[in-house]
Amino acid sequence: MSRKASSKLINLDQLFKVVIWLIPLSITAIFIWILSDIVIGGIGQISWAFLTTNPLDAGRDGGIAPILVSTFLILAVCLVASVPISIGTAILLAEFTPNQNWFGRLVRRSLDVLAGVPSIVFGLFGNAFFAQTLGLGFSILSGGLTLACMVLPILIRSTEAGLRAVPQEYRLNSAALGISKTSTLWHLLLPAATPGLLVGLVLGLGRAIAETAALIFTSGYVDRMPTSLLDSGRSLSIHIFDLSMNVSGGDSNAYGSALILILILLIINAIAAWLGSKYNYLYD
Amino acid sequence: MTKSITNNSQSSIQDLQPLIQIQQLSLSYKNKPAFQDVTFSIPQNSITAIVGPSGCGKSSFLTCLNRLSDLIPNCQVSGHIQLGTVNLLSPKINTTALRRRIGMIFQKPNPFPMSIKKNIVFPLKEHGFANAQEREQIVEEVLTDVGLWSEVKNRLEDSAMSLSGGQKQRLCLARALALKPEILLMDEPCSALDPISSGIVEDLIVRLRHKYHYTIIIVTHNLAQAKRIADYAGLFWVEEGCGRLIEFGTATQFFNAPEHELTKAYIQGTKG
Ligand SMILES: Nc1ncnc2c1ncn2[C@@H]1O[C@H](COP(=O)(O)OP(=O)(O)O)[C@@H](O)[C@H]1O
Ligand SMILES: [Mg+2]
Repeated sequence: MSRKASSKLINLDQLFKVVIWLIPLSITAIFIWILSDIVIGGIGQISWAFLTTNPLDAGRDGGIAPILVSTFLILAVCLVASVPISIGTAILLAEFTPNQNWFGRLVRRSLDVLAGVPSIVFGLFGNAFFAQTLGLGFSILSGGLTLACMVLPILIRSTEAGLRAVPQEYRLNSAALGISKTSTLWHLLLPAATPGLLVGLVLGLGRAIAETAALIFTSGYVDRMPTSLLDSGRSLSIHIFDLSMNVSGGDSNAYGSALILILILLIINAIAAWLGSKYNYLYD
Repeated sequence: MTKSITNNSQSSIQDLQPLIQIQQLSLSYKNKPAFQDVTFSIPQNSITAIVGPSGCGKSSFLTCLNRLSDLIPNCQVSGHIQLGTVNLLSPKINTTALRRRIGMIFQKPNPFPMSIKKNIVFPLKEHGFANAQEREQIVEEVLTDVGLWSEVKNRLEDSAMSLSGGQKQRLCLARALALKPEILLMDEPCSALDPISSGIVEDLIVRLRHKYHYTIIIVTHNLAQAKRIADYAGLFWVEEGCGRLIEFGTATQFFNAPEHELTKAYIQGTKG
């Protein structure tokens, strides 16, 4: 190779390196920018009183206690409904339907379509089905169940991937010891698929907690403290949306709520990472 | 030492009843035959070595004997296997109970991703050993049997993944022995191990067989090993794209006076 050509190659290499570094750097920079904007705008609002008192004057004043409670209840309903269904479906897909099976393919294809559906469509569906057809009205239950439908594809696919990652040898070894398929699933495969499920949970909860469109029509707007799951309840993201769009002078409390939202997300991430490391098996 | 044990057992085995009778056994994957028309009998309390080049269907053959073949997609088995009075290939057979009677050791040691102790306790619980004290006792017993007890007794709660390859294989052996099987199927149990671990496992096989009167069917690539431990030996070979049993007989006859040209060539190392 001539001297000239090789030096040109080196230059290209260097250019490539710079570009490769610039992309993640700029992404990190954007993230830090957003985060610092929220921290700077919100940190002054946060106090024990902010977390434990009711909103006043349409949220301009006072705290977010009922909103936090509603948010957690909505997420709890979402988890209680979606996790068992997801694990069950993932087991069906990964353990009982071969790859080529038409039924498995149909379910997987439906899930992929579902994953791409805009959240406003879930909101309208939730309103029509849970709120009206099932008569649950504007309630935490309607909202949580609607979110559950929304996060199902993420949860199912990540749990299924976790199950498929378990080497086939474990199933053969287990069967060769006369261990039933149920026990193999329960004691061997599900623990091994737990990290996958947790990744799905973080992604799913992240999507759920940030959700506004799916909740506006289902869990509603009411910012009073809920007394039952059939009460309407305002989630944090809807509160932020409302303060910044509809309430003039609500910006500082919107920032405070946004900071809390981000803190909750970070905590969910940390818990999942911790649980994941507890269950993380190394295959060889 | 090994040699004299083998010779003793050979002389006593001749008049034993066959435990497993295999007749015209064939297996195919997606209509592509892996082996065909295998017929021979395995006497009780004997070690039978199956040798032959890779891909001639030895592993597939073993999976028929504990019906693990049921779990492999597109795998069809035909023929007849009689285990004592039981028709082993009957669809009505309780495979869970069967697999408790017939233990299996795989080529790649594959302990479960659990603690060392739980690897043994989990199958025991599954088979109805409800008494925790009894389970503890069995754990110690089988780990002692495979020579692991002194090495791991202080770290029974550690992950089995932290063991070395040879230790893992001995744990898998212990796990199978805990269920008190009558028959052990071994698919190249030493071939993934270093020579020293391999020697340890080989000695174990011989010793345990005498202690518990197992009937052992072992697939091996190691002819010297087969000669050392086996009472009976069979050669599998691919003919016309499909595995066949070329020769089967007592180890003495198989290794010293083989009838078939292929066996002769394989033993002398000129083929295979
Ligand atoms: N699960 C399977 N699906 C399809 N073909 C297989 C499978 N397992 C083994 N085979 C094929 O069957 C033949 C025999 O394989 P195997 O029993 O593993 O031989 P050996 O143990 O003697 O090396 C080989 O041609 C192999 O490719
Ligand atoms: Mg093999």
